[in-house]
Amino acid sequence: MSEKPENAPEHCPGTESEDAGKSSACQGCPNQNICSSAKPKGPDPDLAVIQERLSSVKHKILVLSGKGGVGKSTVTSMLARGLALDDNLQVGILDVDICGPSIPRVMGLEGEQVHQSGSGWSPVYVEDNLGVMSAGFLLSSPDDAIIWRGPKKNGLIKQFLRDVDWEDTNYLVIDTPPGTSDEHLSVVQYLQHAVIDGAVIVTTPQEVSLMDVRKEINFCKKVKLPIIGVIENMSGFICPSCKNESQIFPPTTGGAEKMAEDMKVPFLGKLPLDPRIGKCCDEGTSFFEEFPDSPAVTSYQQIIKDIPDNLLFGNQTKDLLHMYLTFIPLFTKSFFTSTIFKGYSSG
Amino acid sequence: MDLDNNLKSVKHKIVILSGKGGVGKSTVATQIALSLKQQGLKVGVLDVDLCGPSIPRMLNVEDKDIHQSSQGWVPVYPDPSQTLAVMSIAFLLNKKDDPVVWRGPKKNAMIKQFLSDVVWGDLDYLIIDTPPGTSDEHITVVEGLQGYNPDGVVLVTTPQAVAVGDVRRELTFCRKTKLPVLGVVENMSGFVCPHCAECSNVFSKGGGEALAREFNIPFLGCVPLDPQLSECLENGQSFVEAFSSSPSAQILNKIAETLHQRTAMNGSIS
Repeated sequence: MSEKPENAPEHCPGTESEDAGKSSACQGCPNQNICSSAKPKGPDPDLAVIQERLSSVKHKILVLSGKGGVGKSTVTSMLARGLALDDNLQVGILDVDICGPSIPRVMGLEGEQVHQSGSGWSPVYVEDNLGVMSAGFLLSSPDDAIIWRGPKKNGLIKQFLRDVDWEDTNYLVIDTPPGTSDEHLSVVQYLQHAVIDGAVIVTTPQEVSLMDVRKEINFCKKVKLPIIGVIENMSGFICPSCKNESQIFPPTTGGAEKMAEDMKVPFLGKLPLDPRIGKCCDEGTSFFEEFPDSPAVTSYQQIIKDIPDNLLFGNQTKDLLHMYLTFIPLFTKSFFTSTIFKGYSSG
Repeated sequence: MDLDNNLKSVKHKIVILSGKGGVGKSTVATQIALSLKQQGLKVGVLDVDLCGPSIPRMLNVEDKDIHQSSQGWVPVYPDPSQTLAVMSIAFLLNKKDDPVVWRGPKKNAMIKQFLSDVVWGDLDYLIIDTPPGTSDEHITVVEGLQGYNPDGVVLVTTPQAVAVGDVRRELTFCRKTKLPVLGVVENMSGFVCPHCAECSNVFSKGGGEALAREFNIPFLGCVPLDPQLSECLENGQSFVEAFSSSPSAQILNKIAETLHQRTAMNGSIS
């Protein structure tokens, strides 16, 4: 990526360039000091460490939204809990929302602390097959605030990715804060060799949310992050008294389904507003277990059921490619070509 | 560019904060601004949410551009009376779906420019809308307002514990940065079903009020959910004006009036 700020001089090398802040064109630019002081020197050795650390994690799913308060943490916890209902799967949640870490409360883990073992930081386990890591575990009181600028937040995110020992994990669901800034750039940057399956993007139906979510989708496209699909949360409220539906957040511009169609990304489904979901999040309990008959459970189950299918081809392709690239010297060129073709057509 | 003049001509500065996203900061910021404008005051709204700037759409100035004068950037005025001035990064984007993918230092530089280079003129109130969190934008706004006597902060939350948990941290931020807290607003507090008039606590109830009591800070009020409020925000219409008899509009107007009374006293003391 080579960004040129609006106020950059004509031959600006780009903020991500090696010459950022140092080239002759940078003289007099208002951003010169920022560019020249923010550059890392040479390739980052931690990227290889992170790749190795996460090699035991089969699937990594980012949960994103340009907009705050749409239910990223709720969806993250529900996806993870839903996947973990299968005892054969090992699931993890990584919460990289450093300023507003909701995951500990939502998962019923408030007050827990991080423990170190010989192999790194241990996640905190909700169930035997569901582990969680969050900046919230580093705070000694619920009133403690993490008042950090970007570079310090990036440092903690890198530590999470490098030092947490997830062991063999099938799904790592990564919750993010709203926006398209340090945390998002860092996760994508640090995981560039570790392969992210893709992003699930959460929104609510109204245009004020969709405006920000379109930006998030364009961010994903810009950093080449695959998009698994869009979820429309808080989509309709059923009055518990008269059972009529109201649109508390009216989809004045067609809602998320239309937006997904316009932006040519998959639409994963709608989730209704059920006040009991918020209650479970506040209490840290599993909505699936407490209210299994809610229509919201059915909607979540459908989305969760579809996710492995959305990832499956990608994973098969990765596995096939890895196998062929490892053994390629042993095969003739024509054999290699015909086997690749067979692999794609059966995926 | 005379750095001093641009903020010095603004009588009162109020920052709208919340640790939590999606609680209604921009909603509260715009409706307070519109309410104060209705009372005959000159108001500015500064949107420092660079990644998700909602203010222009809510004030019906989404496709406007800004231009430079010899004194700095001229804000956007939604109407000819020029009693409401708006500044947002949205006005600087070529396409409104372009993401602003900036790390902290670049965001800080833009926010400093917004604080020092916008020609607000003589404003009674500047309402500063922020993104969620306690990071670059918030630190930079606090630093930029030092020496200009900000009146304080309005904290917005929704009732449930997950939101209040983040707002507690925002309170810690205010304490550490010595920003006075003018009060807490509990938004999305109850929903009255339009079919049967039954009130449901969609996002729980009472968390904001309990927080205010616990920390001995003024509680400004509960704003119920109103789909008409959402629609007005979508369409850039003034909800406090168009639906002034709705319970949500009444409480928003009351909040604006309370803030005006409290901060007007600041003005007469200084």
